[in-house]
Amino acid sequence: MATREQDVFDSLGRGLNSLVGWIDARFPLTKLIKEHATEYYAAKNFNLWYGFGVLALVVLVIQLVTGIFLTMNYKPSAEDAFASVEYIMRDVDWGWLIRYMHSTGASAFFIVVYLHMFRGLMYGSYKKPRELVWLIGMAIYLCLMAEAFFGYLLPWGNMSYWGAQVIVSLFGAIPVIGDGLAEWIRGDYYISDITLNRFFAFHVIAVPLMLVLLVVVHIMALHEVGSLNPDGIEIKEHKGPDGKPLDGVPFHPYHTSKDLVIIVVFLIAFAAVVFFAPEMGGYFLEHANFEPADPLKTPEHIAPVWYFTPFYAILRAVPDKLLGVILMGLAVLLPTLLPWLDRCRVKSIRYRGWTYKVALAVFAISFLALGYLGLQPATGIYPTLARVFTVLYFAFFLLMPFYTRNEKTKPVPARVTK
Amino acid sequence: MAESTGFTRRHFLTVATAVTGVAGLTGAAVPFVASFRPSARAQALGAPVEVDVSKIEPGAMLRVEWRGRPIYVLHRTDRMLQLLERVVGQLRDPASEESNQPSYAQNEYRSIRPNILVVEGVCTHLACAPMPRFEVAPADLGPDWVGGFYCPCHGSKFDLAGRVFAGVPAPTNLTVPPYRFLNDTTILIGSDTGNT
Amino acid sequence: MRGKVARVAAAAAAVAALVASIAFGASEGGELASANANINNTASLQRGAKYFVNYCLGCHSAQYVRYNKLAEGLKLTEDQLVQNLIFTDQQPFETMTNAMPREDAERWFGITPPDLSLISRARGQDYIYNFLQGFYFDPSKPTGANNVVLPNTAMPHVLWELQGIRRPIFEESEGEDGAPVISGFETVVPGLLTEEEFDQVARDIVNFLGYIGEPMQLERRSLGIRVIGFLLVFLLLAWMLKREIWKDVH
Repeated sequence: MATREQDVFDSLGRGLNSLVGWIDARFPLTKLIKEHATEYYAAKNFNLWYGFGVLALVVLVIQLVTGIFLTMNYKPSAEDAFASVEYIMRDVDWGWLIRYMHSTGASAFFIVVYLHMFRGLMYGSYKKPRELVWLIGMAIYLCLMAEAFFGYLLPWGNMSYWGAQVIVSLFGAIPVIGDGLAEWIRGDYYISDITLNRFFAFHVIAVPLMLVLLVVVHIMALHEVGSLNPDGIEIKEHKGPDGKPLDGVPFHPYHTSKDLVIIVVFLIAFAAVVFFAPEMGGYFLEHANFEPADPLKTPEHIAPVWYFTPFYAILRAVPDKLLGVILMGLAVLLPTLLPWLDRCRVKSIRYRGWTYKVALAVFAISFLALGYLGLQPATGIYPTLARVFTVLYFAFFLLMPFYTRNEKTKPVPARVTK
Repeated sequence: MAESTGFTRRHFLTVATAVTGVAGLTGAAVPFVASFRPSARAQALGAPVEVDVSKIEPGAMLRVEWRGRPIYVLHRTDRMLQLLERVVGQLRDPASEESNQPSYAQNEYRSIRPNILVVEGVCTHLACAPMPRFEVAPADLGPDWVGGFYCPCHGSKFDLAGRVFAGVPAPTNLTVPPYRFLNDTTILIGSDTGNT
Repeated sequence: MRGKVARVAAAAAAVAALVASIAFGASEGGELASANANINNTASLQRGAKYFVNYCLGCHSAQYVRYNKLAEGLKLTEDQLVQNLIFTDQQPFETMTNAMPREDAERWFGITPPDLSLISRARGQDYIYNFLQGFYFDPSKPTGANNVVLPNTAMPHVLWELQGIRRPIFEESEGEDGAPVISGFETVVPGLLTEEEFDQVARDIVNFLGYIGEPMQLERRSLGIRVIGFLLVFLLLAWMLKREIWKDVH
């Protein structure tokens, strides 16, 4: 009995092998699997901060799949958009689930990406030789912001409408060409059906295409230089007699099995929001967006979705319109320069001096505080606070060459610690 | 010994996790697959249609649309009913044994009331709409034609009960949709249950 | 004659000041009483549906709500649906639209009454509950009614027969800006219902509006428990597998 089963498995195995052989002669399948999984060595001491990259990938897949299915029932016209979303929510079988997954996924995307980026700040992931990984990552982040912005208009709720109105008006602040530019972006004199239609095209095809491409490039660049680790040391520098990094383990099955656990924990949190708090208290789905777009009536309390509020707070903190827009743009783009602003040769925060630790803590607090302030009305003490935190936010980047130049670092171990 | 139990345990956990994972993915696919079903609005638009048959002259036919299909409602004269028997020998499925119709329409007239025929105007060959040709022995259909439906696409012929003739491409008789009489003069096409 | 005009003007000014004070108070985020809506109370939802079609649907629509899906959710048969909730010539599979032409609405009320499918999600159930409870007699308004929560509302007090007509009592001391403050109400014309009965009517309507705002919410929660339960089992397996694979690494 057992031998007969064995025979079946053996012949199945032989069949599979010959199929893989056939493919390998024509496409580097086995080679790719080896390079990126079974023989891609990554440090064995990854902590949980190293899980957010794969989570970003999971969210990307969720957004692509749910997005495709939403597109099947959504109508990108000012006349029908709002009603078509309600049609999805009520008339399409399971449409509500697909829509809530997509709306929750948007916020989840930014949560995991912000944490992923913070991991980079902590362990020096942007430093030589990973500058390009960081730059491509920043490009992904910019695409993500564009994707979120375009997508936010599509439900054609009143918050969608006025949010787009405000952001497009930012371009109007640019001298000379500003007004023409804003008009060109809208394709009309106000946010209209025409604007919605082109935002739809950007949201469902142009930006996602860029996003997927950049993610592939991001991972290729990363695998070329190798993943860093919480100790910030290069595992390639200590290889065993077999030529394999002593502190590394193959990505598959070690990190894949670990990532699976992280993914499932994430999915539990994701499901908790989707099924029990899809509006997330008005932060993921805003109350004013349950009223259709009304060009004549601004919602009483207008603020962007939470993931844009740190930058929105910076915009509001500056009393001058043009300067505000410039500073907001700089705030978004400054992290791009990190590989060159940071003069310290030690990568991981574990062995860096107190100056960087303090600076990073201040930066993190400023970012969160600005995020909070961006949600509050600009009254009372809030504008003053926003200005203070704006200064701190910029100080982190602009003073970095000075406070990192002669940083008193601790000795970096040769091999990874636990 | 320890080596072999370790392998077994790992093997078991791999298979168990993989099977559970595949089950989870399958479950996650259900809403997406199910979202392709006709939505509540499609069902509403495809709701049953009422037709007042008293307004159809004997010998005349009314076309109505139900779920995007033409439905033919033909008020057959007694003469037309008599002609049905005459063509039985030339039919492929005279007793409607291989064709689609509700049980109450599987009879010699293929209808609830002999005079009122309700069939889908969809040729069972390749879904063209057969043309009503109720005249007797027209030039193009030959001297044996006693009236029926003629499909212009590929020449399929049906009699006045929508039964297909032998030797034409269409395999079965025209489909009879579910319908019922709400009262003496009104039929409801698309539903044969309920108590209205 | 001049004295009379002056008195009317003074009264109008007082009312305007009052309205302004309430408006200001409301915009300061005056505390709203809780609607205590309970989506699991099917009987309340059914009553709410009946009040809704009787008192609201004449002017407001619920254009995204299908009668037959509503009946399913409220555990009503099609017969019960047709007899209790559909007063027009609409079919059960149609949505809860109304026949009032937009132009007429604008002429009568100055605005088109908003669609109520999503009002609970846009404004919150507590707001609607307080709004329904907030009507009082105000002869200066074309509808004869004003509202504590939404001053100068264009909506007439459609539930007045049930609640009765109330007149505001002003506080002795004035508000900070010198405007009178409403401290309570006195009943001018008693309604058909007692205060408690009317309160229940308001709560039933609000409960119903919460339901139609998101009809799938019960299904959503029950499915969520099963999905998370499955994921916890999967987590256990994945965790054990991870430990098994990593046991030799150190």
